[in-house]
Amino acid sequence: MPEDFNPGTEGSGGVEGKATEHLPKGTIEPAEMVEVSIDAPQFQVAAAHPERVERGIAVMFLVGLAGFMGFGASYWQNYSNFWLGITLGVGFFGLGIGMVAWGKYLMPRGPFSEARHSAAPTPEEQEAFLTDFTSRGKVAIERRGFLLKLLGAAGGVFAIVAAFPLLRSLGPLPKMLFYHTAWKKGSYLMTAEGRKVHEDDLEKGGVLTVFPQGDIGGALSQTMLIRVEDASYGYVVTAPHRKTWGPKGYLAFSKVCTHAGCPVALYQKALNQLLCPCHQSIFDVGPGRPATPVFGPAPRPLPQLPLYIDSKGFLRAQAPYDEPVGPGFWERGAN
Amino acid sequence: MPEPVRVARSRRQPAHTSARRGQSAFEWLDDRVRASKHRQLLNHIFPDHWSFMLGEMAMYSFIFLVVTGIFLTMYFKPSDTMVVYHGSYAPLDGTRMPEAYLSMLNLSFRVRAGLLVRQAHHWAANIFIGAIVVHMMRVFFTGAFRRPRELNWMIGATMLALAIFNGFLGYSLGDDLVSGIGVRIAYSIVESIPLVGSYLAVWLWNGTFPGHIITTRFFIFHVLILPGAIAALLALHLAFIWTQEHTEFKKKGASEQTITGTPLWPGFTAKSGGFMLVVFGVLVTLAAVVQIDPVWQFGPFVPFKATDAAQPDWYMGWLEGALRLWPNWEVNLPGHMIPVVFFPAVLLPLLTWAIIYAWPSLEKRFTGDRDRHNLLDHPRDRPGRTAFGVGALTFYFLLFVAGGDDVLSNFFHFSIEDFVWGMRITTIVLPLVSGLVAYKICLELQGQRRRTARPRFLIVERAESGYYAATDGLAVPGEEEPDPLDVEEAGNRAAEAVSPLDERPPTPSGTTESRRAP
Repeated sequence: MPEDFNPGTEGSGGVEGKATEHLPKGTIEPAEMVEVSIDAPQFQVAAAHPERVERGIAVMFLVGLAGFMGFGASYWQNYSNFWLGITLGVGFFGLGIGMVAWGKYLMPRGPFSEARHSAAPTPEEQEAFLTDFTSRGKVAIERRGFLLKLLGAAGGVFAIVAAFPLLRSLGPLPKMLFYHTAWKKGSYLMTAEGRKVHEDDLEKGGVLTVFPQGDIGGALSQTMLIRVEDASYGYVVTAPHRKTWGPKGYLAFSKVCTHAGCPVALYQKALNQLLCPCHQSIFDVGPGRPATPVFGPAPRPLPQLPLYIDSKGFLRAQAPYDEPVGPGFWERGAN
Repeated sequence: MPEPVRVARSRRQPAHTSARRGQSAFEWLDDRVRASKHRQLLNHIFPDHWSFMLGEMAMYSFIFLVVTGIFLTMYFKPSDTMVVYHGSYAPLDGTRMPEAYLSMLNLSFRVRAGLLVRQAHHWAANIFIGAIVVHMMRVFFTGAFRRPRELNWMIGATMLALAIFNGFLGYSLGDDLVSGIGVRIAYSIVESIPLVGSYLAVWLWNGTFPGHIITTRFFIFHVLILPGAIAALLALHLAFIWTQEHTEFKKKGASEQTITGTPLWPGFTAKSGGFMLVVFGVLVTLAAVVQIDPVWQFGPFVPFKATDAAQPDWYMGWLEGALRLWPNWEVNLPGHMIPVVFFPAVLLPLLTWAIIYAWPSLEKRFTGDRDRHNLLDHPRDRPGRTAFGVGALTFYFLLFVAGGDDVLSNFFHFSIEDFVWGMRITTIVLPLVSGLVAYKICLELQGQRRRTARPRFLIVERAESGYYAATDGLAVPGEEEPDPLDVEEAGNRAAEAVSPLDERPPTPSGTTESRRAP
């Protein structure tokens, strides 16, 4: 019998020889811990050869100790992430596996059982509780109805006014925020590096992300400039009312996906399609195709920015976008 | 009440031994906390089964997350202010980036053991949520959520939601290119909520996306509010487990009124404490050998840049997949709209959790079973529940698969259109099929058990006609008692089946063995 569980009390012997005999698993009846003697088979260790298990656990603890020392050394010597993690891992594994084995093989093997203490409350107990609660409540509260109403009113007003600093101070009202971007009538098309885009900048099939002056890199004003036709070409008409929006083969569409707002960053030249890398919506662009979604979860076409080329050959916006860019929202309504 | 077994201590020991000092320290403390009044707590029994470790795995991952998280807060700067990087990672030298991203780079490259702790923290988050999900599956399929444990089921479901949410906030804090797009999608999802969406989005982000304050706000939710809520719910979860006591499987000698297993002290403490260290060991080893979230490769978030083949952490995969599969249906009302992302990204999670919360009540309505249960079901014995669970898991797993549709369609050389359409159909059909198959398998397994389970002992009886018949003698708790063997009928059937010349012993159905009397 291992020392750890020897109660060491005088006169408790007698069955010792019998108790230390190792019984195979499953042959011992569950017993209540407080009822059986510490010499009962349930209190014996689970291992048939405890001294061997003890040696194994000692080895595991030594491995753990070595692991932690290795971690200390790795840290001190500023070794790589690999060595720091491996040594720490070995430390934890050694200690953990040793402890589990200790608990599993060198502690009372059980099985122990006891009566559950979690029976449902009886109806009598519940009745008594409710009676106490309501009868005292009657005296304390119901006769003071006016006070209760005042308390409720004050608490309610507090809840409402407290919501203002907690919520309303967080940011502005949405108002028209989603309707406007930084594009204005006459805005130059600028590259991400802040250079004005000239009509000679792109060849057929070329694409460029452009921004209005003053909002370079803007998340909402980002616009995809595509050249779908050669220089000799006149206006590219994507829809009947957009006769002059695409001068000299240039088209500009909002780069904010109408599905979940990702940048529609991929242009497939051969198909004249824009692809959103997040959820694979595909938009058709080119003559007669106003960025209509042809596949995927995007519900609406990408808004088109009307362009013109000024006398010096720079690309500029005729007007801002004529509809909110990006994903839908409750107030937007049908377009 | 019988006297419990305990180690007798002697008051005659000399006062200067360390044992005596320990004892007096205990007496001093116990005089104040009165622990000895509750000595039976040491005997509190935890039933043994490997599947009961899953919840512990989640809890220990959470502890690990808190400890590693505290280390990370020492170095991480939750700021969207743009700065220029001049550090040890040459490829990004001179790049403009948010301070948060810069502090992540320094945490990974400059702080000693910083990369290890950061990777271990990220791994722990993935394993934390994984362990919760598998633990929840165990609780579901074995019916552990039934009366009186419905509230604990709901607390667990709430912790799962908070954990997923906090995982998302955590990997979004880095403000790298991959997570930044996730935050952009989150903005669109908040914006899509009818009535209040625009207000919520604009208030949370302080304006339109990106808003330049969101990292600061995500940070306080990630390190204080959500972990605090999870810790409080975890305490409540454990309090319920303690007071209601753990469930256990049906086995020989088990009953609704008793509990069998390992006592808290010392067996369970050693095993569970050791298991905690093993969990820690797994997490730091993963952090050492498997790279996770290499933010320096993605670069800082730039609103107009995108990466393809970008997938979120695994626990967001089902939402990602739902966003990809849901068709482009928007609801247009006069002057208002319900945007497309509302359905897969808001309604689906709401419905999911509504069903999880309501499941214990729904099952009560279907089965009429309102009893208290401490013994667990075997999944095969509840084919309806098991079929529903298998179908639901199939559904969410397929959504998860669809979350990688770009990568998968490339890999298998499908066009993305075909792949998405295939997944749309599969996601609806396969859960029904798998549920049906699970139902049939349950019924098969029930039949199997009756036929092949080894009888614990046999009752052999002799019929008047002289034939012997035998049957199983013992029922497993919770099962029906075996039908009492009608010895006379078995004997008669055996007599009919055997012609006087037939020497082979027949084995009529209903009996294990029947043999002509000598």
